[in-house]
Amino acid sequence: MQSGYDGPLPAHLGEVIVRTGGIEKYFGDNHVLRGVDLEVRQREAVMILGRSGSGKTTLLRCINFLEEPTVGWVEIDGLRMEADPLHQRNRAHQEQIRQLRLRAGMLFQDFNLFPHMTVLANCIEAPTRVRGVGKDEAVASAERYLDKVGLLNKRDEYPARLSGGQKQRVAIARALCMEPKVLLFDEPTSALDPELIGEVLKVMEDLAHEGTTMIVVTHEMHFAREAADRVVFMEEGVICEQGPPEQILDHPRQDGTRRFLRRFLEDRA
Amino acid sequence: MTTSAAPATSTARPEILDRIDASQRRKRTWFRIQFIAVWIGLVGALIYGLWATDNIDLEWMGTWAPFILGGTAVTVLVCVTSIILATALAIIGAISRLSSNAVVYSVASLYVSLVRGTPLLVQIFFVYFALPQMGVRLDALLCGILALGFNYGAYMTEVFRAGIQAVPRGQREAAQALGMPERNIMRRIVLPQAFRIVTPAIGNDFVAMIKDSALVSTIAVQELLWRAQRAGTQTFHTLQALLIAALVYWVLTIIFSYFQERLERRMARGDR
Repeated sequence: MQSGYDGPLPAHLGEVIVRTGGIEKYFGDNHVLRGVDLEVRQREAVMILGRSGSGKTTLLRCINFLEEPTVGWVEIDGLRMEADPLHQRNRAHQEQIRQLRLRAGMLFQDFNLFPHMTVLANCIEAPTRVRGVGKDEAVASAERYLDKVGLLNKRDEYPARLSGGQKQRVAIARALCMEPKVLLFDEPTSALDPELIGEVLKVMEDLAHEGTTMIVVTHEMHFAREAADRVVFMEEGVICEQGPPEQILDHPRQDGTRRFLRRFLEDRA
Repeated sequence: MTTSAAPATSTARPEILDRIDASQRRKRTWFRIQFIAVWIGLVGALIYGLWATDNIDLEWMGTWAPFILGGTAVTVLVCVTSIILATALAIIGAISRLSSNAVVYSVASLYVSLVRGTPLLVQIFFVYFALPQMGVRLDALLCGILALGFNYGAYMTEVFRAGIQAVPRGQREAAQALGMPERNIMRRIVLPQAFRIVTPAIGNDFVAMIKDSALVSTIAVQELLWRAQRAGTQTFHTLQALLIAALVYWVLTIIFSYFQERLERRMARGDR
């Protein structure tokens, strides 16, 4: 049941690459995550749904320790990281977190491109300075990924000259340049004008179909249905229900999931 | 890009737009003319007043103006080296003031508090007159630069600290998520953006420093004011001598402000 599938696993999935164990997170006295165990397999696209305040974004941020969990552990590609909130400033701890982050690319709601660098410079900054890739190689791979998101022609622009959708696509290219084992998307389209959402979802869908491992926090139901291997529904800091999108979205078993979907449909109507 | 072309249906640009443009141009030109006229009028009146009251001695000017103007180079040298020192101190100070290391934070806070809490003139005297008592004897020019640099460094520390804090948190998070080490994040992502934020404030500080540099005349650094006073008191032409010095300070600040504006415009390239 850990896998999140009742029956046999979908054939294209590989080994478990991301694992979380008993993740709990308090903000002050606010108990936001109440023990989350999640397993994500290679080439799997997992979409996390849930009401705001259900802890889905916090969970995502805990996976790469942008928020250090209060209790629990995360494992990405064999590197296991225990939460150690008492020693957050410890240098060795920080270095281990950094190693964990190198295995996970993250996309943010508001893109967070570096405004003082061109698109290309955004893409090669971390590869050249952190991974030690040669400049030529970094540029070549940046151009490949920019081409993949359809923005090679913007390589010398500054982010300010791009639309929101273009910014998010550049951010995706930038993350891919680090060759991460998994991509974490934190509501990547919620800051976008409606007409720009499609272009970003399209890129994400392509990535999912090509077998990129991804964990996506989103409100885009239609997208989840199309691109997800598995939908995880969160409520009050725990995973309430999970399974293939048809099962969760069409035949939810839990009351929480039903309520959420009903309200969601009403909002859309 | 979304450069919206004119709708295909409208063939010609409506004539009213040209008239609006022309009217705005006229207004701008008229404003400029008035501006120049007022300045020329007022400065002219001032010069005439001095002339009419026999306060301008051309012969004196011929002999002494070059001597006074020779102090400009010293003033510029003091200012430029001090601002470089101040900027370096401010960056270190700001990062220290944001440090979670108690010792580093305390040292930086003490520096800021002490320097901001005592007069610049006292600091200059301290370096020049008091340090020798402790066996540290420095050249007057160096004393001036050190005092000015340390003084402005303290003020600019607070400016830089605010600038660093004004860089959106998401920038740091994005860099962290890319696995960049802390040192790299500061140097490559946060500081360049903080620099842009603080450039106007630093520019103001630099203009203020150009004028505060006059204080080092008190420790016999032969800069503008020192030379003006020397020339003025020796020959009883204090008014003219000080006017020349004042004029040079004024021109220096104008020149600097011009370059600052250009720099700000260049750095704004990535914005908007």
